[in-house]
Amino acid sequence: MGDQVLLRVQDLGKRYGPGCSSCRDLTGPEHSTNICARCGSIAAMEGIRFDLKEGEILGVVGESGSGKSTLVQCIYFDLDATHGEIAFNGQNGGDNVLGLPRSEKRRLRGRLMGMVYQNPMHGLRMDITSGANVAEKLLEADVFHFARIRERASGLLARTEIPATYIDRFPRSLSGGMQQRIQIAKALANNPPLVLLDEVTSGLDVSVQARVLDLIRELQRELGISMIVVSHDMGVIRLLADRTLVMKDGCVVEQGLTDQILEDPQHAYTQLLVHSAL
Amino acid sequence: MTLKELLPQGKGFRYNFAFIDEGVKKEVRRALLKAVALPGHQVPFASPELPIARGWGTGGLQVTMSLIGPKDVLKIIDQGCDGSVNAVNLRKLLVATTGVRTTFDSREATLLQSRHRLPEVPLRSDQIAVLQVPLPEPLRLVEPSEVETRRMHSEGDYARMWVSLYEDVVQNGSISLTSGYPCRVHDSYIMSPSPLPRWDLPLLHDAEHLTLLGAGREKRVYAVPPHTSVQPLEFDDMPFTVENFFGMCCARCGSSGTFLDEIYDETTGQASRVCSDSGFCDLVREGAIPRRGRLAHG
Repeated sequence: MGDQVLLRVQDLGKRYGPGCSSCRDLTGPEHSTNICARCGSIAAMEGIRFDLKEGEILGVVGESGSGKSTLVQCIYFDLDATHGEIAFNGQNGGDNVLGLPRSEKRRLRGRLMGMVYQNPMHGLRMDITSGANVAEKLLEADVFHFARIRERASGLLARTEIPATYIDRFPRSLSGGMQQRIQIAKALANNPPLVLLDEVTSGLDVSVQARVLDLIRELQRELGISMIVVSHDMGVIRLLADRTLVMKDGCVVEQGLTDQILEDPQHAYTQLLVHSAL
Repeated sequence: MTLKELLPQGKGFRYNFAFIDEGVKKEVRRALLKAVALPGHQVPFASPELPIARGWGTGGLQVTMSLIGPKDVLKIIDQGCDGSVNAVNLRKLLVATTGVRTTFDSREATLLQSRHRLPEVPLRSDQIAVLQVPLPEPLRLVEPSEVETRRMHSEGDYARMWVSLYEDVVQNGSISLTSGYPCRVHDSYIMSPSPLPRWDLPLLHDAEHLTLLGAGREKRVYAVPPHTSVQPLEFDDMPFTVENFFGMCCARCGSSGTFLDEIYDETTGQASRVCSDSGFCDLVREGAIPRRGRLAHG
């Protein structure tokens, strides 16, 4: 792990609804809700702030609806954050990238990020072949050499333990575990410095979960990628994350080294989470 | 009631010069100006009813009608041929409503309306080509939603177009598209040159003439201005190629290096090849222009 900060997130928030001046004060864990009592808006995520270092794995835990997925989707530009800043080291002069035009954001995403969604239906297109799914990511980054695209796609699929003949098969005909591994291959296509993993193992049975987690850990060590791992499963976080954010009602209630959080949880919610998991 | 009865010599109501009224012409010309200013960008226009069914060349027809003047010399082609049904019908309508002179010789024409082909002889800067387009949206094959395809054009989000070409190569060994081959215009928008064959695409690139494309049913016009780059999409290691007529020549005029159609003789069952551009072929037979002996752009 380097000391260089790769990603800086400041005061990031996502609101649904008109929003009012009281939203920030009337929502959050101290109110046990993310719905503003005054205007009825939903503060899905509020005031998120963290730095991600190069090669670091950041875990994000929390119950359903706590804003975990909203956070990674805003970073991946799937959702437009309502306010706040996201800055990548060496990109856009290290300034906030949220104000960039959509075409610029797409280019940035193609070069810098890969995403693995909980449901492969979101991350893969089922009507094109596995190889084409990986190729799409390369084509987004202006790689237009067919032989090189083909070579890279088959290399990545081999690395993620997909049999060579499956490159021209449609993902819909493959198992859930394989679909998840194709998503990983796709996410890694451009050698991005950052990969976002949103509940990657949630739909899989335990033995397949273990293999997918092993693969992620191996790839991370091999390539030195930074990762943000979202999960409601403390086991996954314990296995993967160096540092962890605990979220509740759209806010971060506790953050620190994963071991520290697991051994000595401070916030009442974290204590509940750790004790129910262990 | 026939068209003839409706037209100037009929009693009472008279149609305007070139059938559509001046307000409609103005609307089409405004759309065309925008199209010329944004090469390859599809501009919506009203596309009102004409005495010809939508899908039979009404887009091209409205463009022609809004541009034509009494001194224009008109050539209308369908699949390269001046004599096919669609071309004859459109020509009759335009002659009846304007009285302009028509020609089969592409060099004489000031305005050329065509479906499926450009003339073999490259056009000059004082000529305008009008193409009838059935499907103006190149992204329609990969994305059914119009809202989404417009967003993709505006953001230059063309990865999915490329993915479809990747899949084509995986399945067929090369890009198998024959007509409607997607092209990048002016290094910006991707355009469907439908329904020109690949053969004609080099004639659009950095051309002397203005090309206007009209889709009546889809209510879109777009344009390739003179000296604009038109680059067929290609992978770095798989250069774009045109149709291969190697070792074949036209049975009528003996030219090789033209786009050839295959014709079957009904009695003998023998196949022969003739120039698709019948105007060009006739001129070679008359000796007005030399026979073409090698690939025009191979």
